[in-house]
Amino acid sequence: MPAGVYVVVEHLNGQIAELSFELLSAGRQLADARAGKLYALVLGAGGEASGVAGACGAADAALCVDHAALAGFAPEAHIVQLAALLKERPPAVTLVSNSSKGMDLAPALAVALGVAVVTNVAGLAVEGAKIVATSRLYGGKIAVEAEVEGGAAVLSLLAGAFPADKGKSGKPVAVETVSPCPQLDNARVAFKRLERPEAADIDISKQEVLVSVGRGIQDKENLALVQELAEALGAALCASRPLVDMGWMPKSRQVGKSGASVKPKVYLAVGISGAPEHVQGMKDAATIIAINSDPKAPIFDVAHYGVAADLFEVVPALTEKLRALRG
Amino acid sequence: MHIVVPLRQSPDLVEELQINAEATDIDRQAAKLGISEWDEQALEEALCLKDGSGAKVTVVTAEGGQAEELLFTALAKGADRALKLAGDFSAPMDNHRLARALADAIGRLGANLVLTGVQSVEDLDGQVAVLLAAMLGWPHVSVVTRVELAGETAQVKQEHSGGVSAELEVRLPAVIGVQAARRTPRYAPVSKVRQAQKSAKLERLAVATDGRSGLRVRRVFKPEAAAQAEMIQGTPEEIAAKLVAILSERGLSR
Ligand SMILES: Cc1cc2nc3c(=O)[nH]c(=O)nc-3n(C[C@H](O)[C@H](O)[C@H](O)COP(=O)(O)OP(=O)(O)OC[C@H]3O[C@@H](n4cnc5c(N)ncnc54)[C@H](O)[C@@H]3O)c2cc1C
Repeated sequence: MPAGVYVVVEHLNGQIAELSFELLSAGRQLADARAGKLYALVLGAGGEASGVAGACGAADAALCVDHAALAGFAPEAHIVQLAALLKERPPAVTLVSNSSKGMDLAPALAVALGVAVVTNVAGLAVEGAKIVATSRLYGGKIAVEAEVEGGAAVLSLLAGAFPADKGKSGKPVAVETVSPCPQLDNARVAFKRLERPEAADIDISKQEVLVSVGRGIQDKENLALVQELAEALGAALCASRPLVDMGWMPKSRQVGKSGASVKPKVYLAVGISGAPEHVQGMKDAATIIAINSDPKAPIFDVAHYGVAADLFEVVPALTEKLRALRG
Repeated sequence: MHIVVPLRQSPDLVEELQINAEATDIDRQAAKLGISEWDEQALEEALCLKDGSGAKVTVVTAEGGQAEELLFTALAKGADRALKLAGDFSAPMDNHRLARALADAIGRLGANLVLTGVQSVEDLDGQVAVLLAAMLGWPHVSVVTRVELAGETAQVKQEHSGGVSAELEVRLPAVIGVQAARRTPRYAPVSKVRQAQKSAKLERLAVATDGRSGLRVRRVFKPEAAAQAEMIQGTPEEIAAKLVAILSERGLSR
């Protein structure tokens, strides 16, 4: 009896997260390879879950749970509920995305179910009863192929590793409503409220050209260098996360997993290594140009054009040429 | 209020990593080890809580490598107590083992709050913060950028994508996976670290390390990129000229 594949679907304002379509896509492939069924799991409050569940057409069936404690996101309530639901079913593969939610869910769910967990998964294969997962670690620089002992696991998939398109389907799907588990009423983590980003001077997700700067810039004073380049190019300046954490750039200019997703015509990455969390936010730019002194930097795997050189030499030269052109 | 901050050593990614001969791990002998950057953020947030409300901060790390340097640096920054954990940490990439060791240590040390990095660069079998919480049976929140203490609870800010964040209230004891501290981590001058080395004492605690990931690492390798950038070479001026040509083709150099 082949075990099912379960996908934890994330949603906000009634919309399924793009990452969840990637999970449905990977889940479909896995379920088909194991001749098993694919289930979408949707948790929510105020009746939102059933609507979202109905939109998971790539799955064979959707299970939804509705309870006030599942509003917004309080990790414990979601873990307790998912564990209760999955314990009643045969050992299975559960897919979670490596979002903020997923980071709390995957390991905790695995411990609760007594199964293995694989994090940062970028590739999946089925060999008989075995699941073989390939993870990207060390900022994307190293791959690790691991075999799950026994057939059951929770897998946390890296954003962008599986095609979302194949997880989208308009097919109708049977939705089953599951009653909430009793432990939801005494959770120790309470969701208070959602904070939206403050309005910024510019919306980087709407810019045609972006110059993006990373830790390679080394010093706050050096930002003038990339600022000048951005001006010469008529581009807006954005950044990787560490520069925002250091207070060098405003949060509204952060690109990546916990920042903005951008799709400009041109994305010029300066001194950015290309960690998966950054790449998630810019991989769909039409043309990506990267300047990085390390020829092995993972940013060159997503870039269309690469310059393996010192930014302190290339950036001023480029600014000067662009200025000369404008006259 | 007792805050325990587990620290871990992780390889510096600026140096090129090598793979061991059996292709089962990175070459740890050759790697340059230092404090994991998210653990450094967690330590800073803990020290900020200490500065604000007088919490006591204990740092712990697995013995070996740069462990002593990590601990002395934490003491120089303001941690109150430092312990080396002794056990079998030989299995690479096994966070279950590390989490088990930490759970054992924390069970004996007692803590109201554990702050540690939201992740490390080598998480194959789950992030330690969450595994640890699950083993202790404590609540947890990951990707946190601010912790405020309020009696028996902590108010935390958890970041989601698109600049959205959630405010959560967590009953203590709890484990928090810190993404970023409220301020840039403080710096410990060499002189203060030396002073800590002379005056402070590191404790040693033997811990259980019988956690298991249930995974078998088959192969560790450097991934081949599906696509590679077209590399542009030359002097800075030549490179700049070629980049201008690429930009012009896209109508962008005005
Ligand atoms: C939950 C979570 C969410 C995250 N969200 C985001 C996010 O939204 N966005 C984000 O960016 N990161 C995010 N991160 C962080 C991410 O993991 C990386 O730490 C970060 O992207 C690294 O930023 P960087 O490339 O600027 O720095 P590094 O990785 O330190 O890279 C600096 C690069 O500069 C190069 N360099 C150095 N000197 C020079 C020189 N003179 N000339 C040219 N190149 C040089 C180096 O070769 C190196 O490749 C997140 C992490 C977590 C855990």
